[in-house]
Amino acid sequence: MPNTKRTRLVASTIAVALGATALAACGSSDSDSKTESGPVSLTYWTWTPGMDKVVDLWNKGPGKKDQITVTVKKQASGDTLVTKILTAHKAKKAPDLVQAEYQALPTLVSNDALADIAKDVGDAKSKFAEGVWQQTTLGTDAVYAVPQDIGPMMFYYRQDLFKKYGLTVPTTWEQFAQTARALKKKAPDKDLTTFSANDSGLFAGLAQQAGAKWWTTSGDKWKVGINDAATKKVADFWGGLVKEGAIDNQPMYTPSWNKALNTGKQIAWVSAVWAPGTLTTAAPDTKGKWAMAPLPQWSAGQSVTGSWGGSSTAVTTDSAHQAAAAKFAAWLNTDGGALQALAKDSGIYPAATNAQTSGAFTQPPAYFSNQSDFYTKAAAIAKTTAPSAWGPNVNVAYATFNDAFGAAAKNKSDFAAALDKMQADTVADLKKQGFGVSQ
Amino acid sequence: MSSLAVQKAPSAAGTTGAAQGRPPLRRRIALVPTLTLVIGAIYTLLPVAWVVIASTKSGHELFSTFTFLPGTGFADNLKDLNAYRDGVYWKWMGNSALYAGLGALLSTCVSAFSGYALAMYRFRGREAMFNILLAGVLMPPIILAVPQYLLLAKADLTDSYLSVLLPQILSPYGVYLARIYASAAVPADVVEAGRMDGASEWRIFTRVALPMMIPGLVTVFLFQFVAVWNNFLLPYIMLSDDEKFPITLGLYTLLEQGANTPALYTLVITGAFLAVIPLIALFLVIQRFWSLDLLSGAVKS
Repeated sequence: MPNTKRTRLVASTIAVALGATALAACGSSDSDSKTESGPVSLTYWTWTPGMDKVVDLWNKGPGKKDQITVTVKKQASGDTLVTKILTAHKAKKAPDLVQAEYQALPTLVSNDALADIAKDVGDAKSKFAEGVWQQTTLGTDAVYAVPQDIGPMMFYYRQDLFKKYGLTVPTTWEQFAQTARALKKKAPDKDLTTFSANDSGLFAGLAQQAGAKWWTTSGDKWKVGINDAATKKVADFWGGLVKEGAIDNQPMYTPSWNKALNTGKQIAWVSAVWAPGTLTTAAPDTKGKWAMAPLPQWSAGQSVTGSWGGSSTAVTTDSAHQAAAAKFAAWLNTDGGALQALAKDSGIYPAATNAQTSGAFTQPPAYFSNQSDFYTKAAAIAKTTAPSAWGPNVNVAYATFNDAFGAAAKNKSDFAAALDKMQADTVADLKKQGFGVSQ
Repeated sequence: MSSLAVQKAPSAAGTTGAAQGRPPLRRRIALVPTLTLVIGAIYTLLPVAWVVIASTKSGHELFSTFTFLPGTGFADNLKDLNAYRDGVYWKWMGNSALYAGLGALLSTCVSAFSGYALAMYRFRGREAMFNILLAGVLMPPIILAVPQYLLLAKADLTDSYLSVLLPQILSPYGVYLARIYASAAVPADVVEAGRMDGASEWRIFTRVALPMMIPGLVTVFLFQFVAVWNNFLLPYIMLSDDEKFPITLGLYTLLEQGANTPALYTLVITGAFLAVIPLIALFLVIQRFWSLDLLSGAVKS
């Protein structure tokens, strides 16, 4: 999810233009999902590679029986896709099914783009952890999406180098800081890790682990808690490490970051369950030298993690066949065969609990062949994911994060001020959009 | 209008003529301009060099070897790109060629017609029309993409080849350039002479004015071709079927595949490298039309 400049330019341009045309748009339509017969054909916007193969299973199996054919239209992931969906929705031309990251759901729902599929997804709820499912209901009785994949956060480290420098795997953030300092002392040219100011998702996950709730509702008003005590703690912790030079301050997902991982200049990475895929391309020479451990905790004995990434399958209000689309969405993310194919062809980590230890996940990823219980451990960590709290303008908060924290990390200045700016900008934008905001 | 100097101004060939007119005193290198140009050249060529070299590196070498050290993976990269989803890359390349080639050609035609008309005919509202056009030049086309989408959605044309072609045919900048060029390069006397000889307006335009406008129109074509080839936002909003994507969008989907899957850097870099080749070839081929100087000798005052 590296948030590029271009992505943001595109997103903001579309947002501005949408604002200008909003007046011209007519009132929302109520397209009730009717039960119908006869062949139905659905389009599905997704960025997941290999999804066409998974959808083929549906089209040849259950879809054939129900006469529901799904066509995949592959898209680029990220915030721009959300704006593209909203643009299409303005013209009432959104596809039947869309893939959406959890934090984008409130935005889509508040624009009336997603249909409530509560009555069409059957017992899907029972297949998911409560904290995961709750993200698709937004705390209401409605169901706006079916969870597909999740990104529970974990701690990755170079096993060989930890041994070489006599470091132990930190279990608390306090130990994490000491480990960073100890490494600096033994090998001043190495860094434990970096604080990347271009990855808002990472920071959001770390704050979530600490117990932050960035968006909550009280009555019909939104409450924004981006600069709450928990998030402040996280910001001060990382800001302090950057300031004293214990860790690096360069962004992630750059060629030099790849090089740092590949050459062992950085020897650990706070990431999520999908890290093996990234490491495979970023640090190909260090295959088999890494190991995964739970994220360090804020107090000893705890076991909580945040999440970074993950997405769901949603049905749009523009779809003329919402019930059929919901049926497909439920199949895709709960059927054993479908999940198996998703894991194999698309490399996703399933949100469905029983799929996390079955089939494709009995073996560790090739990059982690040295850690045979990788997925057993991952499934246990996934269970400890803290609840998340997303609001309708995550994109604005994230954009401000990139600017404010980017500057703060570069100048090694105060992170708390950057956090306050994020809070202020997010509240201001919510008000501008016409949401009620309680202080 | 009849002064030769004014007519020569828009043609690139004019500068060499002026240089020859000066007596050759002493060969002196103008240090500051040369240095500025060299720095400019390095600044623009360095990223191209990076792409060329990076496209030869395998995934292993990409981030681990010295940046400007050529790698060994070019053939494999090409093979992978070729194999990616049954060669969809070439489909994107073909789409880009269609959007940019046909779009630029149509756009040049429209620009030539309207530019000539605005330059040669006096009619009510001409200046007003031209001023509105000028305002259009100042408006970044990016702003129009969403309204254009909503408009084409009403006509049920979204997600089609036409949805990308149509909005790019009318280019205010092209019309503006064509008008300026027509009024400078096509002398009113020549048009008048054609009328005296009894040629129809259409015949004067196609046989007399158009050949004189060629260097200007080549510029319009190139500008428009590059603009469409590089365009991102318009096709991004209009198209949802990746079989219709131009190369810019296609490569973007390779980069943004979600967090689970790493970006396909080697494919994107190799793809980007191949995508600039047609542009470079086009410039090299068409460049010679710029030096055409049809004006000299047309009218002697």
